[in-house]
Amino acid sequence: MSAREQAESVRWGAEDPSGLLEAALEGARADDFNCFVTVDTDASPGDDDGLLAGQPVAVKDSITTEGLETTVGSKILKGYEPVFDAYVVERLREEGATVVGKTNCDEFCMGSTTETSAFGPTRNPLDPSLVPGGSSGGSGAAVAAGHVDLALGSDTGGSVRNPAAFTSTVGLKPTYGLLSRYGLIPYADSLETVGPMTRTVEDCALLLSAIGGRDPRDSTSRGERKRYEPTGLDEPVRVGVIEELVEGSDDGVKREVRDAVSSLDDAGHDAETVEMEGLDHVVSAYYVLAMSEASSNLARYDGVRYGAGPNERGRYDEVFAKVRGDNFGDEVKRRIMLGTYALSEGYSDRYYRKALLARRLIADEFDRLFSKVDLLLSPTMPVEPFRLGEALEDPLRMYLSDVCTVPANLAGIPAISVPAEEGEAVGVQLMGPEFSEELLLDAAREVELVR
Amino acid sequence: MPVIGLEVHAQLRTDSKLFCGCSTDYHDAEPNTHTCEVCLGMPGALPVMNESALDFGLRVSLALGCEVVEEQLFYRKNYFYPDLPKNFQITQYEFPVGVDGSITIQAGDGERAVGVRRVHLEEDPGRIVHMRNRSLLDYNRSGVPLLEIVTEPDMESPEEGREFLQRLRTTLEYLGVFEPLDGAMRADANVSIEGGSRVEVKNISSHRGAERALRYEITRQRNMLKRGSEAVLETRHFDEETGVTRPMRTKEEEADYRYFPEPNLPLIRVDEGMAGAAAEGVPELPDQRRERFREEYGVTDEHAKRLTAEKELADFYEDVAEAVEPRAAASHVVDELLGELNYRELSLDEWFEGVGRETAVEWETEIVEMLRGGEITDVSATDVLRDVLDEGRSPAAVVDEKGLTMEGADEALKCVEEVIGEHRETVEDYLSGKEEALNFLVGQVVRRSRGKISPREASDLFDERLEEEK
Ligand SMILES: [Zn+2]
Repeated sequence: MSAREQAESVRWGAEDPSGLLEAALEGARADDFNCFVTVDTDASPGDDDGLLAGQPVAVKDSITTEGLETTVGSKILKGYEPVFDAYVVERLREEGATVVGKTNCDEFCMGSTTETSAFGPTRNPLDPSLVPGGSSGGSGAAVAAGHVDLALGSDTGGSVRNPAAFTSTVGLKPTYGLLSRYGLIPYADSLETVGPMTRTVEDCALLLSAIGGRDPRDSTSRGERKRYEPTGLDEPVRVGVIEELVEGSDDGVKREVRDAVSSLDDAGHDAETVEMEGLDHVVSAYYVLAMSEASSNLARYDGVRYGAGPNERGRYDEVFAKVRGDNFGDEVKRRIMLGTYALSEGYSDRYYRKALLARRLIADEFDRLFSKVDLLLSPTMPVEPFRLGEALEDPLRMYLSDVCTVPANLAGIPAISVPAEEGEAVGVQLMGPEFSEELLLDAAREVELVR
Repeated sequence: MPVIGLEVHAQLRTDSKLFCGCSTDYHDAEPNTHTCEVCLGMPGALPVMNESALDFGLRVSLALGCEVVEEQLFYRKNYFYPDLPKNFQITQYEFPVGVDGSITIQAGDGERAVGVRRVHLEEDPGRIVHMRNRSLLDYNRSGVPLLEIVTEPDMESPEEGREFLQRLRTTLEYLGVFEPLDGAMRADANVSIEGGSRVEVKNISSHRGAERALRYEITRQRNMLKRGSEAVLETRHFDEETGVTRPMRTKEEEADYRYFPEPNLPLIRVDEGMAGAAAEGVPELPDQRRERFREEYGVTDEHAKRLTAEKELADFYEDVAEAVEPRAAASHVVDELLGELNYRELSLDEWFEGVGRETAVEWETEIVEMLRGGEITDVSATDVLRDVLDEGRSPAAVVDEKGLTMEGADEALKCVEEVIGEHRETVEDYLSGKEEALNFLVGQVVRRSRGKISPREASDLFDERLEEEK
């Protein structure tokens, strides 16, 4: 049963919220894949009313939950209990859902495998020797393992879509500004957004409908609350296949994605090959911007209020350095240092400003492409899931595997990953113009129907 | 000639902080009671621009004759310091509220325009309280809107620095955007003398402090030059208590702030509506008011200048001048009232607090009226004013009780004449230079009037009467 159907049953009184919560908690406590870093054993059942009546939801640990430990996979936030709910969590509760726990992620969302978490890696329910992708790997795995039907992730450069692809689930990165970021612990504010992660496109649409709405506490929030109910595509659409990204992928990925394209073509849609300019620069532009913002965002974790042991003494800068040195992991330190460098006097022109320029060019390129086609299609990940430990040894390879997902973040446009084949760890990514979520969800549903 | 530039930080009197809803009314509050997730920099909290802070900033820019910047942007200024909850400060950088304005100050005998390079908004950090072996943090101040006003290096003496700060403060008060509370205005100064490097002096917290800090620093640099050495480019800290400047650790001045645009605050577009609303919020300013006082009330330039130096005083004067002859009101307020208040170390505000502003206006009006109407003499007017201030009684009550009316004055004069007639010899003694003879004469008058005429009044009357014979 989908979450949509289950919520319907709850509203009719045929299903009991406490029973649903109990089942979810049981799964979360067992948790063979280390999906959860915190399970809320005191959670109260959801309401019997609302869009998500009675639904247990897993929330990525990068999203604040009032009174429930929130660490973003970092030792420096161990024990931190936020005093406020994120806007999207408020919305979950208002729509009758309950938060069962916080899911594992790469430390401060910096990683594509959920292995940089200070609380150990999450394993892929499809094959426990593989990573679930990242950084929202805990959410992807929790859905794939069947602990929950609905999970929230956050996507800075692919962090929702990447684990969706690797765990064969659905993940949406909405238009920048559609969802409030209030309560999303920042890695790189200008790039990231909250995103729904589910087993089906229908549930993805349901979750998106529930958490939307304009929030005056986030000045970049521009979304309207809206009910999305994807049914597939009634009319033929023009789909631009970004050939360079398909061609650059591993064979298994290439094959699955080409199959999905053929299915769309067979269903009467107009799939054509397009060339996208500037793909050579997207990964470097993305990492320069993300790391620059991160170096500033993570400055607040300095031992004054987060991360200090009880006996830290000394000059403030010595204490800061010690606390940060002791508590941040290697990947986080690497990105803070690179970001600091990219913003430094004498270097920011060469790195930060150039990256901003590349970002504008990519956005222009999307505009050009969307004047020709309705949607763009590519693989979500150019590779199949890494073996555990593999990516940590070769961070550059991991960074490069973000080439398909980061363009949407640079341009702020929506992108969805839907499994090319049920149960296969290959995602098809669809991208659309700003605020084209409705079309995007219909198209993703179409992929589900025709694959 | 020293060259001085100032960077002034003034807290704006908005109801709430720059990026959150917390109240700015924290000056008497317990530490850390005016805080929320935003001004504590908690992860996930986001800043939202306070429109009224922008309006205040625009008003100040317009009042200082700045060009308003149409597209403004906030940046992050990144540096580590314990009073900064996020370890970056949100501040305007390349695109501030206003640029290229000026403030006219008195410089020597003439006036000079001190250029204002820029006016920008930023958030105030928290406050550190240093204890013997630990430091405490109070975030009540964190996120309070600050307006930074940066001048050109156009000042040439400590007095001018002080004058600039005073003028600026008056302007901000006129605009209703500033309240002179403890720590609400702070300044850093750039000082250099011919043949020396520029030295930055931080931590100036009053205009009196500014003058002292500048004087100390200039003297220090001159002495160095005399000894054959030269001031180095550095940042020094002014100690208000000892009045000296001390070098700060060099580490703190080598900062690279790694500015970049704050991604959570969209570009601000100042449209005509906003600029128009701000312009309406700019009232008549001190210089304009001074001009109007001269034209409308016919008062002297000196009086007009004194009256408009403080908004409170100018408002008070206008209320008095509405009811009585304006020139008489001006000279009484400036020459008598201010002197008597000053002597008592009483501010206008404090006097208002004591008796009520309306009453104060009424009483001052009454005194000027009685003077103008010839009901009391100049001398008794002074007496009345003193009693009004010291005892909080109305002028009419004082006049009544003391019999200081003109009839009373006539009687007093008569009494003095009588004493002069009866003690001609003593009068001659006094006139020939025996000052103590006057005491006897005064005593006679006081006794004869049964104390109704005070010794001071009697002595004044004798002075006046015997002046011709001297
Ligand atoms: Zn606050």
